[in-house]
Amino acid sequence: MVQPVLSIKSLVVEIPTRKGVLRPVDRVSYDIFPGEILGIVGESGAGKSMTGNAVIGLLERPAHIVSGDILLSGNPIHNLSASEFRKIRGKKIGMIFQDPLTSLNPLLTVGEQLVETIIEHLAVSKKQAQERAIAALEEVGIPAARERIGSYPHQFSGGMRQRVVIALALCAEPDLVIADEPTTALDVSVQAQIIALLKRLCRERGVGVMLVTHDMGVIAEAADRVAVMYAGRLAELGAVRDVLSDPKHPYTYGLMGSTPLASRGLKRLNQIPGSMPRLGALPEGCAFSPRCEFAQEVCKTGSSPFIANVDAQAACWFPLPHTKSRSSK
Amino acid sequence: MSAIVRAKALRRLFDVSKPWLNRVVEREPKAFLTAVADVDFEIEEGSVYALVGESGSGKSTIGKMVVGLTGPTDGTIEIDGIVITGNDQKAKIAEARTKLQMIFQDPYASLNPRWKVRDIIAEPAKLRGLEIKGLPERLLQKVGLSPEDADKYPHEFSGGQRQRICIARALSSEPKVIVCDEPTSALDVSVQSQVLNLMSDLQEQLGLTYLFISHDLTVVEHMADKIGVLYLGALVEEAPKETLFASPLHPYTRMLFDAAPKLDAFGREVDVPKGEIPDPINPPAGCSFHPRCPLATSKCKKTRPQMRLIGNTRVACHHV
Repeated sequence: MVQPVLSIKSLVVEIPTRKGVLRPVDRVSYDIFPGEILGIVGESGAGKSMTGNAVIGLLERPAHIVSGDILLSGNPIHNLSASEFRKIRGKKIGMIFQDPLTSLNPLLTVGEQLVETIIEHLAVSKKQAQERAIAALEEVGIPAARERIGSYPHQFSGGMRQRVVIALALCAEPDLVIADEPTTALDVSVQAQIIALLKRLCRERGVGVMLVTHDMGVIAEAADRVAVMYAGRLAELGAVRDVLSDPKHPYTYGLMGSTPLASRGLKRLNQIPGSMPRLGALPEGCAFSPRCEFAQEVCKTGSSPFIANVDAQAACWFPLPHTKSRSSK
Repeated sequence: MSAIVRAKALRRLFDVSKPWLNRVVEREPKAFLTAVADVDFEIEEGSVYALVGESGSGKSTIGKMVVGLTGPTDGTIEIDGIVITGNDQKAKIAEARTKLQMIFQDPYASLNPRWKVRDIIAEPAKLRGLEIKGLPERLLQKVGLSPEDADKYPHEFSGGQRQRICIARALSSEPKVIVCDEPTSALDVSVQSQVLNLMSDLQEQLGLTYLFISHDLTVVEHMADKIGVLYLGALVEEAPKETLFASPLHPYTRMLFDAAPKLDAFGREVDVPKGEIPDPINPPAGCSFHPRCPLATSKCKKTRPQMRLIGNTRVACHHV
């Protein structure tokens, strides 16, 4: 079997506060394989970005990893020191953030930033680095790369800037790319271009991609597998087709149903009552139970279901479909 | 039914010139950005009219002009038959403008953090001289919050709840038309559906008219009766919802529809749209979409297409 690029095992991240300890990431486990895009979806506060930050060692104090393992190509990275992590970040793990304007240095030209990264991580001369930088820009579809390499980030449009960020993330030939809402700040037509680019690069280079987003449509088009997060926990994990078209977890089901696309032709949109609980006030048992129409006694009082102990794609004691009421609703 | 909002040849330029001295030294003329170019539309009373477009297409500028937050450079806006963009009949204009309200995109930025919810909601009514006793409580109930929330501050609420407060505030001066500028873009999907449902309910109960501005085609498809598609400040296509989604005519509209992510399109290989929105300060001559258009011919590069009526659809293209 192929070794996963990234393997997260029962990861727990905690934030101690005056009012008690919060768990923004609670026993999350998943693998990402080479050439695969794993989508992480969830609403704001579900812990998707926090998981990503834990993987690249950028958790902001006082948040810290309490237990669990993060393996990068089989090697543990969750206990590395800050200086050891610097060697991995950029080299083994590339990053793409939401806002391309804030993730590029406005005072350096695009070429300087690329060359700096390439020289830092690869044993090449400055001249070779320059050539590589041009090749990287060409690969992400920037026209006239040789001329534009001396331009500053503000001279590019939003979509072009995000392409530069992708080139930067990939220039040191990483095994894993973490893309945190890479298209949220972009227009639909540009979003389509960026998604197509990500997919192509991931496939051609065999890079594993963690695609964090709140947009189900983006997941459907880009991801191979998807992990749905709710209140810091994995609600559902599986192949994108299975999870999106036949969700087993009532939360995924509700989330899919509440998109305007799924309610097409209905006068009112389906909605999930209530909102996600705050981390400081998580209900007992399953975190989704207060909003769940199928919740039973065990969901509210028993131990919370986890994918590992439920033996299914969904962390639910009563995975769907278990009633006929679904279609009539 | 009659049109409650009527925009005629609406045009808005923004001066983006360099400072005076630089212009003199560098011998450059003044530069203008055309945010809205000759837009005409009418909104029937009690209907939802949506404006869609990508960033820089002028949709928010139109919204602001309708409520009077900024004036048009040219053209007129009528509310209930009264021209509100002119200078004559000030009293009549003031009266007409009480019929308008607005809901903004970011509920974190549009509520004063130092005011209690009660005061926030009562303010528009107070300014109109309406009775405000018990009004905030009544409106809070109407938007699905509890009357006790009136004594809280905005920071005590989640994003969706804040947007409900914004809606309550918009309702308090009893408007007829509400301009909603991306009202759910800052919200999560499950909360978005709650807020959209609330807005539809209120529209039905109170007979409101919405000018709904959004970049999200799925939201627009759900909410709107009639849709106008904007590109680089100009209306390129306008049609009733069913017609537009069944048979989009303008190549830009088609490109938008193709590019929008679909929930059932697993691993779809998108026909990636060409290019990006051009610089609005130096828009292409002729039809501003021609550099990205698959149908473009030499005619498109020279002459700007006028709006034509084809069936139910108004479309600005030489080749459909």
